Amino acid sequence: MTLVGSRDERDAGVVLAPERPAPRVPRLPVRPEHARAAWLFLLPALLLIGIFFFLPIAAAFLLSFTDFDIYAMGDVANARFVGFGNYARLLAEPDFWLALRNTFYFAAVSGPLAVGVSLGAALLVNARATRFKAFFRTVYFAPFVTTLVAVAIVWRYLYHPRYGLLNYGLQALGFQPIDWLGNPRWAMPAIILMAVWKNFGYNMLILIAGLQNIPGELYEAAELDGAGPVRRFWHITLPMLAPTLLFVAVITMIGFLQVFAEPYVMTAGGPLRATTTMVLYMYEEGFRWWRMGYAAAIAFVLFLVILGATVLQLRLGRERAR
Amino acid sequence: MRRRWLGRALLYAALLAGAALALLPMLWMVSASLMPTGEASTYPPRLLPRAVTLEHYRDLFTRLELGRAFLNSAIVSVSVTLLSILVNSMAGYALAKFRFRGRDRLFALLSAGLVVPVQVSMLPLFLLFKELHLVNTYWAVIIPGMSSIFGIFLIRQYVLALPDDLLDAARIDGAGEFRIYRSVVLPVITPILATFAIFTFLSTWNDFMWPLIVLSDGSMYTLPVALANLVGEHVQDTELMMAGSVLTVLPVLLTFLFLQRYYIQGLTAGSLKG
Repeated sequence: MTLVGSRDERDAGVVLAPERPAPRVPRLPVRPEHARAAWLFLLPALLLIGIFFFLPIAAAFLLSFTDFDIYAMGDVANARFVGFGNYARLLAEPDFWLALRNTFYFAAVSGPLAVGVSLGAALLVNARATRFKAFFRTVYFAPFVTTLVAVAIVWRYLYHPRYGLLNYGLQALGFQPIDWLGNPRWAMPAIILMAVWKNFGYNMLILIAGLQNIPGELYEAAELDGAGPVRRFWHITLPMLAPTLLFVAVITMIGFLQVFAEPYVMTAGGPLRATTTMVLYMYEEGFRWWRMGYAAAIAFVLFLVILGATVLQLRLGRERAR
Repeated sequence: MRRRWLGRALLYAALLAGAALALLPMLWMVSASLMPTGEASTYPPRLLPRAVTLEHYRDLFTRLELGRAFLNSAIVSVSVTLLSILVNSMAGYALAKFRFRGRDRLFALLSAGLVVPVQVSMLPLFLLFKELHLVNTYWAVIIPGMSSIFGIFLIRQYVLALPDDLLDAARIDGAGEFRIYRSVVLPVITPILATFAIFTFLSTWNDFMWPLIVLSDGSMYTLPVALANLVGEHVQDTELMMAGSVLTVLPVLLTFLFLQRYYIQGLTAGSLKG
């Protein structure tokens, strides 16, 4: 196999070509029936994405400017245009600010924590001296593929103030037991801990791939210069891994800003709304109280928050490239 | 020499501690699910059952009818997986290997869609399915899962690397475009289809928020929805809830363990390029 770069395949980076170069067949001209075939191939996917994703997004935007309430009005036809009314109400609503604060709290703590843990795990698994790499990688990755609802229930019992394993461990070490999910101060840290456990494996996998892309000669050269493991980490591993770390940090943050099932199952947003996140707030307003217009406004604020995070990523990425 | 030995001991201590932490919740889940009622709520907590019992698993199927939820989850996940392979591989192939007007704009539009969180679409989507009288049916879960921008891009990326000559040769032989897709393209892209299939199966099985919204009748619940619903009623029944969790997690964990080669390859490839 030889690697050849060519016009259309530039995006893919490389293309696999046959071993013996065949006599070059003249490239067929672009033909109208090709366009027809292409659109036919695309038709099912585009219909589905159009009707069941793009259209609802546009509709949600319109909905956020109405007072639509299924319970009170039944049909969308009865909804009235209220301009920025929902957004104004949102900004005046303490529950909204609390949900926003909780979401930021959750993402700002569990994001860096998850990335740090993943980096540690990736370094351990990828270390030269580590045997059974595949085994450890599989074990660390396993929590990520499990069903969130199921493991959230498991953690609920691990956090039980009296019978839970976690408090038992704390007491064995001489600490006071903690009412993890019942205390407004501890409920969010408890959910953060669980979310980090659940998600670090995915980042670890990507970081391992990133580590393996760092040329080994760099380490050899540094070793010859007498650099110890700590200096090699700071001066080679970390700078070389920076793009991967940035990527991982951003996708983790975007995912964590949409946190829903963990608080839904473990605390129902409590105690005292201490774990009510943006998506949970949207779900409650939209699907429990049926205030669709108001909930749509929450959804768009969430969208803006996530868009902001993405723009931040692009900006950071550009600075890095400079 | 001494230092190297010490370093290695520390390395393995950390590796094993990490493995224990990663596995402990799942091991405890399995262990507690086998305990007689009440044994998981004792002080000091027990790690292993005094006597192994399967009564909670029997209860799941006889008393709580979680078998029905298992079946619902299986039907939905398998349908979504099969249909989404077909739909997204056709689209990914078309975007990779055909030149037509509007292709770049279409690509940009789909890329923009990747930025929008799926929750934004859920409120109107619910109203749409209500209008179509599809709320509380399998279709309500299957239809939105069938198309995936991520899947289209993943497959497109893989198809780009196929040599054009392969397709042109089939065209010169007089094969129709669908025939080429089916007999030339599909067989050579099976590795990425396997990755995408596993990915889709796992995420559909684990999905919670949309099924929670659109399935209102207990007989239609998927496992995660049924389980979340059970917590409310049987919160004291630790052992029973653990058995339910095992039942929910086991299929995805086994799928992952047996097919992880495809899954991990695809995840790292897709994420590093995307």
